[in-house]
Amino acid sequence: MFLVLAFFESAMLWLLIEAEFLAIVLVLVYVGAVMVLFLFVVMMLDIEVERTEGGYTRYLPLGLVIAGLMVIELMQIIWWRSSADVASGGFVATPDGYSNTEALGAVLYTEHVYAFEIAAVILLLAIVAAITLTMRKRPGLKLQNISEQVAVKAADRLRIVKMDTEDWE
Amino acid sequence: MIGLQHYLTLAAILFSMSIAGIFINRRNLILLLMCIELMLLAVNFNFIAFSRHLGDETGQVFVFFILTVAAAEAAIGLAILVVLFRNRRSINVQELDLLKG
Repeated sequence: MFLVLAFFESAMLWLLIEAEFLAIVLVLVYVGAVMVLFLFVVMMLDIEVERTEGGYTRYLPLGLVIAGLMVIELMQIIWWRSSADVASGGFVATPDGYSNTEALGAVLYTEHVYAFEIAAVILLLAIVAAITLTMRKRPGLKLQNISEQVAVKAADRLRIVKMDTEDWE
Repeated sequence: MIGLQHYLTLAAILFSMSIAGIFINRRNLILLLMCIELMLLAVNFNFIAFSRHLGDETGQVFVFFILTVAAAEAAIGLAILVVLFRNRRSINVQELDLLKG
């Protein structure tokens, strides 16, 4: 899985430019959660490999041409047409005792707190959507029937038995 | 001295690689999802590089939200993939012609 390697390398590069919090979040969320999810799905589906392999050659020239064109154009923008500000290239030096996590938290919980809450709702939506999509009815599944439970009467559940009183000596 | 331009170059190459991956790969839906993840990573690279270049943390907050949405997207996409595989026994992109009239 070279994708995991790519994510690790990105995290290291982010560490190098002092974005420590996001580097660690990338490792935890991507390598830890999303990649494991991918691996589970790959393992669970057990696809016939020889049917999905191959067939790359048909669109290979088109893909390579478009990717090459994009690389050339972006290089032109980045290296030759860039403004002097970008071309000077350095990063802002951080003061002593600067904590990336602290600075990020100070911005995140004050200016962007509304977006932060929306992100939480999006994650909840993802949970609900993933579970409802993959849930299926199995035979022998024990479920509540709410309407039957509400509509029940006392006479259905409870039987009052008339008995003679016994003699207690 | 590794500067902003080197980071932007790396992000551009990463983005173009994932574009090429989406074009080339016509068989496997999982690889398409992985290419989309790689594209989002390239975008995050740009955000972080410019955020550090300008000394403004808002770009990194953006990256945080992109990571959140990407995780949600991966979860829902894989759930759809699992349902699709149960129904069709295949994740071949070219066989997904259910909507064709």
